[in-house]
Amino acid sequence: MSIFTYINEAKLPTFWCPGCGHGVIIKALAQAFDELEIPNNKIVVVTGIGCFGRADDYFMTNAFHTLHGRAVAYATGVKIGNPDLTVVALMGDGDAASIGGNHLIHAARRNLGILALCANNRNYGMTGGQYSPTSQFGDFSATSKYGLPESAFDLCALVQAAGASFVARSTVFHYNNLVKYLKQGITKGGFSFVEVLEPCPTMYGKFNKLGAAPEMIQKIRDEVVPVKRWEPDSDKLPIGILRNIDKKEYTDAYAEVIRKAGGDNGN
Amino acid sequence: MKKFLSGNEAVVEGAMIAGCRFFGGYPITPSSEIAAHISARLPQVGGKYIQMEDEIGSLASCIGASLTGLKVMTATSGPGLSLMLENVGMAIQAEVPCVIVDVQRGGPSTGLATKVGQGDVHQVRWGSHGGYPVIALASSTIAETVEFTIEAFNLAEKFRVPVFLMTDKIIAQLREDVDLDSFKDYPIINREPASENDEFLPYRAESLTDVPAMSAFGGKHLVRASSTTHDQRGIPTSDPEKITFKNERLFRKIQDRADEICRWESDLQTGADAMVVSFGISARSAKQAVIEARAAGKKVNFLKLQTLWPFPDKAVQEASEGVSRIVVPELNWGQVALEVERVVGKNIETILVNKTNGLIIQPEEIIAKL
Ligand code: SF4
Repeated sequence: MSIFTYINEAKLPTFWCPGCGHGVIIKALAQAFDELEIPNNKIVVVTGIGCFGRADDYFMTNAFHTLHGRAVAYATGVKIGNPDLTVVALMGDGDAASIGGNHLIHAARRNLGILALCANNRNYGMTGGQYSPTSQFGDFSATSKYGLPESAFDLCALVQAAGASFVARSTVFHYNNLVKYLKQGITKGGFSFVEVLEPCPTMYGKFNKLGAAPEMIQKIRDEVVPVKRWEPDSDKLPIGILRNIDKKEYTDAYAEVIRKAGGDNGN
Repeated sequence: MKKFLSGNEAVVEGAMIAGCRFFGGYPITPSSEIAAHISARLPQVGGKYIQMEDEIGSLASCIGASLTGLKVMTATSGPGLSLMLENVGMAIQAEVPCVIVDVQRGGPSTGLATKVGQGDVHQVRWGSHGGYPVIALASSTIAETVEFTIEAFNLAEKFRVPVFLMTDKIIAQLREDVDLDSFKDYPIINREPASENDEFLPYRAESLTDVPAMSAFGGKHLVRASSTTHDQRGIPTSDPEKITFKNERLFRKIQDRADEICRWESDLQTGADAMVVSFGISARSAKQAVIEARAAGKKVNFLKLQTLWPFPDKAVQEASEGVSRIVVPELNWGQVALEVERVVGKNIETILVNKTNGLIIQPEEIIAKL
């Protein structure tokens, strides 16, 4: 088997800009599926809207292309409808943290057994590079020409606080670790969140004069530090597994509700 | 077995008979009892209830669960319905069967949370951008509420479209005797499963009135469902011919088959000069008005619309033959009256009798216009 068991080779190259991080992320996800040997028909890839919302086009799995911000809400219905499925919600930072923030924290609180992946390039690429909830204070963008007067979300901290059982941060530079976290997230049996820092050279890079994709990837590499060596007063972001705890998964807990109601026999 | 049911309880009974197995809810007056009852009933048959974080999520979760093969429902009222509209469009585009119960209350905005209204007639039809058709039923008795809930599931599964059951604050809490045994043999329609033999296309259609057969996520086929305008494979397309086929089919699978969908009750009199057209709670006042007017010697036609969308043009045309005026009582600023006027034209006078203060229309107010 190979990633092309899951990715439709005939559709390559992707429609994303040269140097965009999205292609690396879908490759990592396909590799995770492949190494876990999950049957294609048991996977549902749910996407939202934006550049990364096109990701489902490339997957030879069940594909569910939904609305802006709602990937996790639809994924909730899919997972509850059929708990045996591997459900993955793919979102950009606008999708996951802005319009879809409410769904994200509540799915984490419920500990719903899906993998939510946020491709974080710190702006809305598809609509022309507007600032997002993960843009940094002072960032330039299509809608912050004088520097952004807002601060960014720490999405991993947010989702941990909301109750997720597995949270990891990686970057497109740390590919092998990314694959490892995606595999762990998929098999966790609880709400898993993986944030991937990635470049958007066409918009975020251009507005902030960060150079081409290779330079941007180097900058991303230099602004993170493995969580083991991370200090709370550090100005770097920790990468690695930030949380991995065991708690009852939602559909397992609901199976108990069905048992108490007497619905587990005769149906 | 006779049961003394409220309208909200009747919805739950109808849903259970129809085979509902998933409900995504969010509390809102005056629909909340539906969620309270069904959250206890569903797990008794292995079904699932979830209370989502908002109405956007509640309909989204229904759409996701429907794609795993379950029959799904949500219930709300006007303000919640406003939040659900993007998902109504999603269910239209992705062709996902779902039932939405709208227990109407007075608007606008938070409006009259605990008082009756009928102001969502056009919101369900036109609220989602693009203007594509849905199906909407309106019940005016508790027995109808059971039946139309089952019917809503049947139509949703048959046409792969969101179907609305429109009740209101009074129907929701009114109690009447219903014989649930009378629904024992009521026909139940399930979505058509995609053939295992042909090459699977999630949106396979030959003609413009076709409804594609479905496969569930997790079954034999790889299923694609999409909110983006797509071809028969479910892949986004910019080919004008394919776009035309898809969009025209979304329109015509409902509009061209209106005769199969539309239901009404008519009670016509030879030589009638006037007619009363109504629906839902207002149809009860209308019926009483017609009885009293006839007792006083007037000849009056009566038409109760049970389907609001697609609008039963034919029923209105037929029933209005020979009349010079049509009285339309409704608890809004003339939403059904506007449709009636569209159907009958300007040669027949359409007279709106309305109220938007949270009270129902009295029969005398209708009789005064006959
Ligand atoms: S605009 Fe940015 S996010 Fe979108 S495809 Fe191009 S590089 Fe990627």
